[in-house]
Amino acid sequence: MNKLKSMKKSTRKNLFTYLLVIIAYLLIQLLQGQGLLTRSLQGQLVPVCCYIVMALSLNLVVGISGELSLGHAGFMSVGAFSGVVAAMALRSSIASPALRLMIAIIVGAALAAVAGFIVGVPVLRLQGDYLAIVTLAFGQIIVNILQCVYMGVDAAGLHFRFDNADLGMTDGTTIISGPKGTVTVEKISSFTAGFFLILITLFIVLNLVNSRSGRAIMAIRDNRIAAESVGINVTKYRLMAFVTASALAGAAGALYGLNYSSIDPSKFDYNTSILVLVFVVLGGLGNMWGSIIAATFLTVLPEAMRGFEDYRMLVYAIVLILVMLATNNDQLKGLLSRMIPKRKEAVKHG
Amino acid sequence: MMTFLGYLVSGISLGSVYAIIALGYTMVYGIAKMLNFAHGDVIMVGAYISFCATNYLSLPAWLSVLLAIIVCTVLGVVIEGLAYRPLRQAGSLAVLITAIGVSYFLQNAAQLIWTSNTKIFTSIVSIPSLRLFGGQLTITGEAIVTVLTCILIMAGLTFFTGATRMGKAMRACSEDKGAAQLMGINVNFTISMTFAIGSALAAVAGVLLCSSYNTLIPTTGAMPGIKAFTAAVFGGIGSIPGALLGGILLGIIEIFASGYISYQLSNAIVFAVLIIVLLVKPSGLLGKYTPEKV
Repeated sequence: MNKLKSMKKSTRKNLFTYLLVIIAYLLIQLLQGQGLLTRSLQGQLVPVCCYIVMALSLNLVVGISGELSLGHAGFMSVGAFSGVVAAMALRSSIASPALRLMIAIIVGAALAAVAGFIVGVPVLRLQGDYLAIVTLAFGQIIVNILQCVYMGVDAAGLHFRFDNADLGMTDGTTIISGPKGTVTVEKISSFTAGFFLILITLFIVLNLVNSRSGRAIMAIRDNRIAAESVGINVTKYRLMAFVTASALAGAAGALYGLNYSSIDPSKFDYNTSILVLVFVVLGGLGNMWGSIIAATFLTVLPEAMRGFEDYRMLVYAIVLILVMLATNNDQLKGLLSRMIPKRKEAVKHG
Repeated sequence: MMTFLGYLVSGISLGSVYAIIALGYTMVYGIAKMLNFAHGDVIMVGAYISFCATNYLSLPAWLSVLLAIIVCTVLGVVIEGLAYRPLRQAGSLAVLITAIGVSYFLQNAAQLIWTSNTKIFTSIVSIPSLRLFGGQLTITGEAIVTVLTCILIMAGLTFFTGATRMGKAMRACSEDKGAAQLMGINVNFTISMTFAIGSALAAVAGVLLCSSYNTLIPTTGAMPGIKAFTAAVFGGIGSIPGALLGGILLGIIEIFASGYISYQLSNAIVFAVLIIVLLVKPSGLLGKYTPEKV
């Protein structure tokens, strides 16, 4: 106990975060073992994990680095497609699905990191709304290019065509089929893999935030010119946050892609990017816990409202607007800080 | 050569629609400094209103357009008053998310009212097509009306912002809201007016867009909305001539890219051009460069 007290406050908080995620995982496993989860909820487990990882990584860009990115789903799509190709290509050589999933996630993360670097170098020269619109444009370009990709695998190896459906295979399986996206994918994603991915993501993000680099990134967010004048390499640190987030999004994408037998590239257009941004903003910028809760709640919410199918997205939209209005209302903020004395401090810092 | 001219004409026509939508974005951005993501969905509402007026109420075409303009103007002012005004002091991200919420709301409300089935929008234009060079080049009546409307709107807006009291108030607000208020300008009213004008233009754009493409679904406005916003950024956001230039260039690039290179990749090419322009000239083609002060 003494050891726990002597730790730094941030370390203690982080350990607590990991602990709660592990408890949540065990609880869900227990519920599933007892057969208490409905089928639709079970189907939501892996997507929820993917969205949590997406939200955590986007929070690194928007909350910690302070850049509004509207193209995060583009990196998810790169991860999804490359992960699926890797998993399908290795199907004959590696028998264990778990190992294949791991390789797919690593391949997805690596390629998304490359894409993040290619996009990040020019984009991060811009700021504010211009950066937002260019990331949105890049997200659309990535999806648009993926809609023209055709890939298949046969005994001779991988086949690739661009904007041409004829792969020239006689007895292979098509993996990616242009606008139809991934087809005939063997579903190997599991909730346990998603749980480990969340833990790894939390570990990477929390460690980065509490490191020297993380402080440099936050200094740039708070005042770029001041940070530059004390010798912080602005481009390097902004790029570091952006590429890390892209890689994590790619890992989430690989997990997501291998959870469905087919996915169309337009699943990853700006609507998904915006959805993830909504998780981040509702959860609180820079607040990793908030991202996890918002992503879970908002992914499950439309499913939970299946009873009134037609109105659920309408209710979702109204909830979104009302939450934004309520959280930005000065009177309500004042009331809260009077009711909870501890919040006063938080408001001052925020 | 004739295919080239044909593409050019349809590019200018599509670009004119983008320009009209971009005007709404650029005015709202200039004055309220916010990305109004719901603007694209106001286009869709305008098109549906016009569709219902002609198909269910059998009103004449001009009356259906007028009705669409009135409904969209009211809608724009109501959205601004209910959703954006309370957030005037909040951060730009909060406003952005609220705008996204409004956009979802409009799309889903439209889906409830009009269902997600594709509606066939009959063109409101009754001018016959123009045939040139012995019938080798056809210019549709829709294209002529779209381009003329765009020119008319541009001229009207330039006059409005340049010469009228309200226009001056708008320019003053976009320059410095605090100072404008001190000079006795009603800032809230001015911003409402900007939304009203932007939404009225969106209604016109919606009717013109659907007259050319004939299909109408609840997400019709989303993609043109995004592209018109990129057009506004392309031409320099906040600048009215910039919106015209950006819109028309974007329309031409899109049609040429899908005609000569690949239909599949046309959107990617449009966005790639936008990125290149922004990297070379971050404030857009006609935008004002504002140096950063320490």
